[in-house]
Amino acid sequence: MLEVFTWLADWLVYGLGGLEPDSKLASSLHFFVEDTTKIFALLVVMIYIIALLRASLNLERVRHYIQQKNRFAGYGLGAGFGAITPFCSCSSIPLFLGFTSAGIPLGITMAFLFTSPIINEVAVIMLWSLLGWEFTLVYIAIGMIVGIGGGMILDTLRGERWLKDFAAKAYSQAAERPATDQPVPEKPSLSLKDRHEFARDELKEIVGRIWQWVIIGVGLGAALHGFVPDGWFAENLGSGQWWNVPVAVFAGLPLYSNATGVIPVMESLILKGLPVGTTLAFCMSTVAASVPEFIMLKQVMQWRLLAIIFVILLVNFMIVGWVINLLSPWLFNGML
Amino acid sequence: MKKIEVLGTGCKKCTTTAEHIGAVAKELGIEASVEKVTDPGVIMSYQVMSTPAVAIDGKLAHSGSVPDRRKIETMLQD
Repeated sequence: MLEVFTWLADWLVYGLGGLEPDSKLASSLHFFVEDTTKIFALLVVMIYIIALLRASLNLERVRHYIQQKNRFAGYGLGAGFGAITPFCSCSSIPLFLGFTSAGIPLGITMAFLFTSPIINEVAVIMLWSLLGWEFTLVYIAIGMIVGIGGGMILDTLRGERWLKDFAAKAYSQAAERPATDQPVPEKPSLSLKDRHEFARDELKEIVGRIWQWVIIGVGLGAALHGFVPDGWFAENLGSGQWWNVPVAVFAGLPLYSNATGVIPVMESLILKGLPVGTTLAFCMSTVAASVPEFIMLKQVMQWRLLAIIFVILLVNFMIVGWVINLLSPWLFNGML
Repeated sequence: MKKIEVLGTGCKKCTTTAEHIGAVAKELGIEASVEKVTDPGVIMSYQVMSTPAVAIDGKLAHSGSVPDRRKIETMLQD
């Protein structure tokens, strides 16, 4: 079904544009046209359908659900809901305080916040269409593990000691009263029309927010695709020495992008021979360790806690890079 | 005189919300003071998790999105 977009790009670039198929420019343009049209078409359809399904899921219900579960299930749920809940990063602080003041442990709240930028419907749709479902599953698993692992480490270190005073107080007060006191948020009853309106607004909102990123991301990916020779990374960076991974993580840090902008670049990097683990480490570091997010969290955390979270994330990304590089001959055998 | 607080940690949507409410109040001839609240402690005390949210005279009236015109009118006239 997706070959339609290849044909469209063939027709536009080689037919109408009259470019020679093996020139660098044509190769870049073809990549750009094929990927942008494919991504936008899939995004519009999928965002709408997913929004229809999750219209009744709100943060109050998510919070209540997580509260009812034991701590260990909590980490998984925190990361899982972080992945599927519609959530804008400007709501991080209210969400953080809402969870904390309900007595949800810091690690579970952070599992939600770690996973949220890494996994979302846009990222999944793009990965699926550009790199295939095996890769997408590995990506989702890694995102969840980074979130769950990061959260558990934070709680083991008793990170809540380094919250700002008012947040720490809200948390300890909640711990003293039984969780059963909380009112059960009711499930909003939505008609099909309400769901349609919600989905339409979500679609407008999300596409309005990310379309530039898609263009920039695919543009960069296309430039890499056309102008960097195949195997360039393997020749110039060596094929997967251990230090490549930390270098990729630190290179990703100052770049701040969302998953939408990075995924098309990832595709090109992998096709040009950068090892998959190194590429993933770079991508995660760009997406999940962002300066704006940290500045926001400063409102509720002391510097010490922020620094710890930062280090946990960096170490997690490096481990992801090394482990996936080791496993990739088995994981992606013949696929990439 | 209604006291309107727009709760949010300072993203663009919060500014838009405040502007819309100000404009609608003026049109309807309702006396209102619109204030943006960014203090996380205050936002927490309203038990809001999705911003932008709107509180009128200390009571939460809306949360989670930029309210549309109809919603703003109902909020202001209540």
